[in-house]
Amino acid sequence: METLIRLLQQDANASREDLARQLNLTVEEVNARIASLEKDGVIRGYQAIVDRERLDKNTVTAFIEVRITPERGGGFDRIAERIARFDQVVSCYLISGGYDLLVVVQGGSLREVASFVSEKLSTIESVISTATHFRLKSYKENGALLTAETPGDRLSVSP
Amino acid sequence: MENKIAAHVRDIPRSGIRDFFEIVQSMHDVISLGIGEPDFVTPWHIREAALFSLEKGRTGYTSNLGLPKLREAIASYVSRKFHLDYDAGSEVLVSVGVSEAIDIALRALLNPGDEVLYHEPCYVSYNPSVTLAHGKAVSVPAHGKHNFQLRAEELEKRITPRSKVLLLNFPTNPTGATMPREALAPIAELCVKHDLIVLSDEIYAELTYDGAEHVSIATLPGMRERTVFLHGLSKGWAMTGFRIGYACAPAPLIEAMMKIHQYAILCAPTMTQDAAVEALEHGDAAVAHMREKYELRRNYIVSALNDMGIPCPTPRGAFYVFADIRPTGLGSREFSLRLLEEHKVAVVPGPAFGADGEGFVRCSYATSLEQIKIAMERMAKFVASQKS
Repeated sequence: METLIRLLQQDANASREDLARQLNLTVEEVNARIASLEKDGVIRGYQAIVDRERLDKNTVTAFIEVRITPERGGGFDRIAERIARFDQVVSCYLISGGYDLLVVVQGGSLREVASFVSEKLSTIESVISTATHFRLKSYKENGALLTAETPGDRLSVSP
Repeated sequence: MENKIAAHVRDIPRSGIRDFFEIVQSMHDVISLGIGEPDFVTPWHIREAALFSLEKGRTGYTSNLGLPKLREAIASYVSRKFHLDYDAGSEVLVSVGVSEAIDIALRALLNPGDEVLYHEPCYVSYNPSVTLAHGKAVSVPAHGKHNFQLRAEELEKRITPRSKVLLLNFPTNPTGATMPREALAPIAELCVKHDLIVLSDEIYAELTYDGAEHVSIATLPGMRERTVFLHGLSKGWAMTGFRIGYACAPAPLIEAMMKIHQYAILCAPTMTQDAAVEALEHGDAAVAHMREKYELRRNYIVSALNDMGIPCPTPRGAFYVFADIRPTGLGSREFSLRLLEEHKVAVVPGPAFGADGEGFVRCSYATSLEQIKIAMERMAKFVASQKS
């Protein structure tokens, strides 16, 4: 199961036939395993890894440090989930250290992200402060290096 | 000039692989399953260690035997992985790849005319290395019907009073054969009985599949004192270009090998020795990752070959499939040449690895799954065209 998950994480587009051959399984067995991973919520979806630079220079990604006052009874969860529900929020993590939540936000422009922070995030009552860091360049996304290495020239036949 | 070349060098035939290499080089868009080295780039943390070594200005010679720190790392790795204990100070030598270690071991051991037994099909260098050391190379066939394992009865038939060395390579290039403990036991008994020294090239030791555990012949009773354990970083760690191999053996033999090594080579390169320390101490996860990739590709290629009617038992080591192409009615060379010319897929004809390789071709799966897929599709077309 672990190997199948790894293969799908590397290439969710891999054909079921290819997966079956590599895993010494039948296509039906692979289908059944994937179906059960999906049903159990282990696999939550399939996405493309996008190099934003090549797609659209205007896309803005911001990493926002958020400090919040935890609530009696609910801790950080209720407020974190409230923030996570915004469509602009791509990822949201509870973090140890100098601040509480790391919120990754995507928008079409600096202004759009800035207004999300000032109008939505900062106005939530338990939010004490925010610090916004804008992404300048990506080097690696989800395990994929974006600055591709040119593979060395191997000899075409060697002992 | 020809007549100036030493007779024993002149008489070594041209490598069958080189012939083939030149034909492949002259063509475009060929998918090559003919490559005997990993397609992975060396894991980054190991490359970074080599960079760091250069940054620190570590550009001088090392001790002839190799960096003490590397010899410690080797002794500790060999103990941890193979349950073999060697003294890092006197029983370990760092060489320029296993090829150099085999050469200096043979030169240290052989008097002219001494016989060296080796199993065939095998890596291309064994026979000529013996000849260059003025020994007599004696091949022992390892048959497909025995999964290309070396059988004691075949070995014993060829032992003479001049037999001095047995050269082993499991997992095997080109067949992917492995030898479990029970298969090695009768071989070890023969070595003890006939007082043979064993050079055991275990360069593919990390690359075994289906949960098969690699067993070194040196761990069998009476064998440690007569075995030269040979290993290196090229295959398991994808470090072919770093040229780091090593030999572990009783001190008198290492001392004799060192005499040759110090005059011929002096020492292995310093920055790649530094990188090798990093590889041995922190490389397990990267090796496991590559090993898993090879295993998945092996499953793919074996299944595809069997589906196209090329019988192919599943090899349990290295990254080669030695495919039986006799059902096509073609010889190894004709099969390989036509597959190359008509379908642009390169495989290596079996006889390049010894006469017993006729009827087989070596397909390496040290290449990406995407390439393997296309190669198998093309090969299936070719095989089908032979049958109709």
